[in-house]
Amino acid sequence: MPLLDAQDVHGGYGSMNILNGVDLAIEAHEIGVIVGPNGAGKSTMLKAIFGLLQVSQGSIRLRGEDITNVAPNKLVQMGMGFVPQEYNIFPSLTVQENLEMGAYIKPRPHTRLLDHVFELFPPLVEKRRQPAGELSGGQRQMVAMGRALMTEPGLLLMDEPTAGLSPLFMNEIFTRIKEINAAGVGILMVEQNAKQALGIADKGFVLAAGQNRFTDTGQNLLNDPEVARSFLGG
Amino acid sequence: MNELVFFINNVVVSGTVSSSIYAMGAIGVTLVFSIMRFAHFAHADMMTLGAFFVLGLTMLFPEVGVAVGLPSALILMPIAMVLTAIVAVGIDRAFYKPLRDHNVKPIVLVIGSLGVTLMLQGLIRLFAGTGSRSLYIAERKDIFRLELPGELATRPIVITEPQIILFFCTVGAVVALHWFLTRSRLGKAMRAMSDNPDLARVSGINTNTVIAVTWMIAGALATAAGTLLSLDVVLKPDLSFFLLLPIFAAAIVGGVGHPYGAIAGGFVVGFAETLAVFNWAVLLRPFQDMLPAGWELPTYLAFVGTEYKITVPFFILVAILVWRPTGLFKGKVL
Repeated sequence: MPLLDAQDVHGGYGSMNILNGVDLAIEAHEIGVIVGPNGAGKSTMLKAIFGLLQVSQGSIRLRGEDITNVAPNKLVQMGMGFVPQEYNIFPSLTVQENLEMGAYIKPRPHTRLLDHVFELFPPLVEKRRQPAGELSGGQRQMVAMGRALMTEPGLLLMDEPTAGLSPLFMNEIFTRIKEINAAGVGILMVEQNAKQALGIADKGFVLAAGQNRFTDTGQNLLNDPEVARSFLGG
Repeated sequence: MNELVFFINNVVVSGTVSSSIYAMGAIGVTLVFSIMRFAHFAHADMMTLGAFFVLGLTMLFPEVGVAVGLPSALILMPIAMVLTAIVAVGIDRAFYKPLRDHNVKPIVLVIGSLGVTLMLQGLIRLFAGTGSRSLYIAERKDIFRLELPGELATRPIVITEPQIILFFCTVGAVVALHWFLTRSRLGKAMRAMSDNPDLARVSGINTNTVIAVTWMIAGALATAAGTLLSLDVVLKPDLSFFLLLPIFAAAIVGGVGHPYGAIAGGFVVGFAETLAVFNWAVLLRPFQDMLPAGWELPTYLAFVGTEYKITVPFFILVAILVWRPTGLFKGKVL
């Protein structure tokens, strides 16, 4: 049974449809990457999965259970984590408080969960008492990912985790994502850096105009001349 | 020396008193804004309401304070704080929550709170009449006169019992609030929701609980401030008109959404007021002898007359909105 299975998803904001039938499935422990041009509905698809906008048609299942239009806080309890692209931290809270907020629904103490996140993101350890808003872009992204990992999700959704980061931090974030995945967390992310992202992807989904254009393994998509020409800049 | 005593009595003591009251009110305004994103104009009336709850309780049990040597009103204040906290949550459920559920613009909530202001003032008048009341029913207000040693000062420093209590209550409230916001799970959730409500929601924080707790804290602090002010001066149904402007000025000066900023703002506004109405000519009097004959110092030298005290927070408010709209602590812009 797939970890996440979305079929023929339609939806958008208000009456305006952005998704016109997206299919998408990943198995447990896989990395899925959604790429495509601007306005293709990549982030919208992620939000639709996480219950942040109304799905008007189609179905989304998590481990076989129907989660179409289920509220985000329920999904967190069901083992899903979400890292938004922007405004993904609590800037005036310290790094540790940010992580604690991630585990708000978990029984305390959170020591073990905190240790686990600090193990994944060692740079955060010495910043734990500092307000998260004072950190660099890369470290903020670590806080955002760490916050979402505090509930020990089986599936982590990430909206452009490397947006606005320097190439150095970008590589670091990709390395962390692979580590998180190796620890048994399924990952579905939207990425602008399509080449690099597809390089670590088990499954790749190329969206255009709210529909699947290509669906294959990351490697096959990278090698596909047509994908390369139209979506990866040659 | 007498001049210095005069300065202490009229600026240090009374400035600290009004600053503490403004600070406690402004904390409530700023907390409500940071969680629900609207300026709660009925806040000053929650202060009056809380004080009237205390009045009612004191009329029922006028003697409870005698045994411990504190004003009965102070002993009964915690009960009134709980009552006002409940009323504050009730007001939110009855008037603000339906508006929030309709996703209205913040200005609609502000107008709603104006309606609540009028309603509360009407209710208070309905049950308690329109006159001024004293919270001292069975006791007298203790006044302490501290005589200074030495020949020079012939006048004492005068400080009243409620003024001392007020100061310690403010310190206690600030310490408790700091502990709550930085150590407790709910307090941290409150700061998280103030920072980023959407992320708080997807983290599984129950926003309704946070909102209820915010109203409880705001209501309890408002009661404390209103009661202590009424103990110090007098309780009137329209007390709020003299509190609303300084409290909002304090919250904005401190930076809206910053509880610590609200405290600082309360002290800025409170001391600005007292310094502005203080008669500085008194401090110049000792230098009269040094002046050549025929030069007279003015007998009255203040920035504004006492009756225009309320203009001071108004000017501060305008100045801060023009030159630093985010306030001293970089808050949100109303």
